Amino acid sequence: MTNDREIRSTGPLLVAAGLVVIAAIAKAAQAGIIDAGAALAFVAFIALGEILRITLPGGRQSAPLAAAGALAFALLPAPDRINDLPYSVALAVSVVTVGSIVGAFPSALVGRGMHLDELARRVLTTLFAATMFGQIYPHVMPTGTETAWQLALAMTITAALAAAVDAVLAAAVRGTQSHAPFRTAVVDEFRALLGISSAIAATGVLIALATPKMGLWALPVFAVPLLLTQFAFRRYAAIDATYLQTIRSLSKVTEVGGYTETGHSRRVSRLAVTIGREMGVSERDLTDLEYAALMHDIGQLSLQEPIPGGATTMVSYVDQRRIAELGAEVIRQAGVLDRAALIVERQADPYRPHRGQLDGTLPLESRIIKAVNAYDDLVGASLESDRKLRAIERLQLGIDREFDPGVVDTLSRIIERQTEYAY
Amino acid sequence: MRDMSLTARLYLTAVIVVGAALVVYSALQLGREEWLAVIPLAVLVVLAKWFASDLRRHVNISVGMPVAIASVILLGPAGATIVMSAVVLAPTSARLYNRLFNAGMFAITATITGHVYERFGTVLLNSTDAVGFWQVIFPSLVAALVLEIVNGLLLVTMIALSERVSPLRVWYGTLAESALPMFIYSIFGLMLAVVWSYAGPIAAVLVLAPLMVARWVFAEFSARQEAYEATMRSLIKSVETKDLYTRGHSERVSRASVLIGRRAGMREDRVSSLRYAGMLHDVGKLGVPTSVLQKAGRLTEEEFEAIQQHTVRGREITKDLEFLGEAIEGIHLHHERIDGRGYPLGLKGSEIPEFARIIAVADAFDSMTTTRSYRGARSVDDAVVELRACKGSQFDPVMVEALVDAIDAEGWDASDTLPTDLPVPLDSVPSFASDDDDPTAADRLGLPSAAPNDASELADDATLGRSGEEPT
Repeated sequence: MTNDREIRSTGPLLVAAGLVVIAAIAKAAQAGIIDAGAALAFVAFIALGEILRITLPGGRQSAPLAAAGALAFALLPAPDRINDLPYSVALAVSVVTVGSIVGAFPSALVGRGMHLDELARRVLTTLFAATMFGQIYPHVMPTGTETAWQLALAMTITAALAAAVDAVLAAAVRGTQSHAPFRTAVVDEFRALLGISSAIAATGVLIALATPKMGLWALPVFAVPLLLTQFAFRRYAAIDATYLQTIRSLSKVTEVGGYTETGHSRRVSRLAVTIGREMGVSERDLTDLEYAALMHDIGQLSLQEPIPGGATTMVSYVDQRRIAELGAEVIRQAGVLDRAALIVERQADPYRPHRGQLDGTLPLESRIIKAVNAYDDLVGASLESDRKLRAIERLQLGIDREFDPGVVDTLSRIIERQTEYAY
Repeated sequence: MRDMSLTARLYLTAVIVVGAALVVYSALQLGREEWLAVIPLAVLVVLAKWFASDLRRHVNISVGMPVAIASVILLGPAGATIVMSAVVLAPTSARLYNRLFNAGMFAITATITGHVYERFGTVLLNSTDAVGFWQVIFPSLVAALVLEIVNGLLLVTMIALSERVSPLRVWYGTLAESALPMFIYSIFGLMLAVVWSYAGPIAAVLVLAPLMVARWVFAEFSARQEAYEATMRSLIKSVETKDLYTRGHSERVSRASVLIGRRAGMREDRVSSLRYAGMLHDVGKLGVPTSVLQKAGRLTEEEFEAIQQHTVRGREITKDLEFLGEAIEGIHLHHERIDGRGYPLGLKGSEIPEFARIIAVADAFDSMTTTRSYRGARSVDDAVVELRACKGSQFDPVMVEALVDAIDAEGWDASDTLPTDLPVPLDSVPSFASDDDDPTAADRLGLPSAAPNDASELADDATLGRSGEEPT
């Protein structure tokens, strides 16, 4: 089911990149490579960068050194290239493609697969950067002993725009894969990539600026700061993953204690996040939603005896509120999960009490958890589509009083999609 | 300043005066061209100092150092002196004489470093020819080394004079630590200088961007780490709310386990894992009904079994936490006994993992030294006697002795964080144990009580028996 969607979203991107690569290699091969040493050095650098790839916090993949090398080569003001823009663009695309593929080899060998969509994005951003810079270069070429600040500025602007193009492409891919609204996807992508992309852009520009002066030594020297950045990101991503893992594990305590059914909190959190994403909740808020969903039943621990089957929707409203408040209290103690605590605290509140006014302070995330919790209490781990559809119908009876109609609509859309794929 | 010795005050004044003289002398030497580079670099130094002051403790990436080295390479001694002494203009909360001392110290350092650099390498702003890479990198490394040494000497002397300790001792620690950062900073400084000489001040943005990003990520990292620890602690506390008498127990068991682990010569990464194991060892109690945990009376066999289940449940909860590693088995098996009569598996001797053997000792020790629903707290000495008595039967002798040694050396704060509103029973009250951590809690299920002077027998009964039963 995911394969199908992945192909639909990355298909056009891959085809476009593929065509660009074929045209570029044909053009470069026809003209021959004049400065083969530099081209080879960059191929090696990009390949190495590809091997040293990292996972960013939030799970995105990135190969900062490879991306910086690619950018640098696209911006390199090599004397043999200024007079022939199509050739210099073709050479840049070829070098970047070959380097990336060579570097992806080791991980492909151990069966981890290649990051095709990332490669496609890199090809297209290289095309963009090399073309744009090629147009500007004749106007900013340094003359004599003047400092080359115009050149540096042109490079920096090109690099920034290329990073923006890359982020938009990435958002398009991610957005279609996860059904997130395009605007949210773009904002998320910019937020997630701002740090690493500015480091990549700066490094690429530096290498391009310094290579004519320092020779190819510029490559290893200017890689040092980016390596430091990469190391920092790696550690951050590791602790981030551990944090989520811990909350996931500890959310099992209610199940182990017989307070809730096995897998309840995991299922609720997965579904809640899917709904939230589709309703345009930003990635940062999705994390809080996930934490809150995982821990939404933690208040039950303070009960003397478990509720039968853990179905909180079956107990009185007063008890539901009490559990929500107790849970929020536990989470709030951590001092760093206040937003998740608030979501848990309001999870029992009805969407529109007594057909009265909407409560503007009731967070969307709480409304999501309320609906998903009720849904999971009815369906549990069952895979029967009948049961799922009946549960949705039950929820729809409570629309506009208990549940947010928008949330229930999204939920039913997701469930329909899932049952469709199941056949 | 008033509490400083006369020598310290003289030294401080001398550094400030010499520094000021160097600044004036350098300023007179600079031409217009050079001022155009000095001013933006000086602004950078001020900004770097300003932003450094609001960083978190653990983050230690300096932007000032690369800028200092860059100004040496780019401008030579006079320019570098002005740039580095500009630090005095940064708005910090430090006292005036402290700031003046810093500026003076940097002026002296910059002048010396600049002259050394000039001797070996080319000052980039003065040279009209293309400068080869090797003509810059070697002298830059030398300059970085000199800068570090001179700066260190000046600073350490000040600290030693005002705190009255040996300067060598102060310096030794800091210098060893700063070798790698120094190398990286000199590379940064080199890059900044080379690019600046070619492209102007935009170099600062380009070179410092990855550095600033790294710094930001490190700050996020340590914030996240603190958040992590805080979350962990509060979740542990939620376990303890279920049993009012065990408040703070997990934290103390964790502390005692670490003491034992260190004494037993464990590597630091294992000790850190052990800390988590101690903290989480009773997490499975979340799965035991509160009514059973808080029951103040004799337990039925089913109830006692429910309590024993907490080891297995602890493992279930934690088994996916990769970073815990060995700790998971420690949590699972911390009620095993050396003689094979523990639970859940009935392992014997060295079959029991090291972590489990450590937690068993720490757990029992803390149970004995704190107040429980059925008795008051015992003294540390009494607890030690008890532990020793159970060596070889319930506990690993090595771990018991490790704990005793550690407590002898470092002391033990058994601060009972019990709220005062809880009923604290008298020692003489007969025990109604709902607690199976405590080797002296024998009375559950109405097992025959042993004579109080036979501690080992008491302890044998403590984990309820497999005594006399053969597993089928």
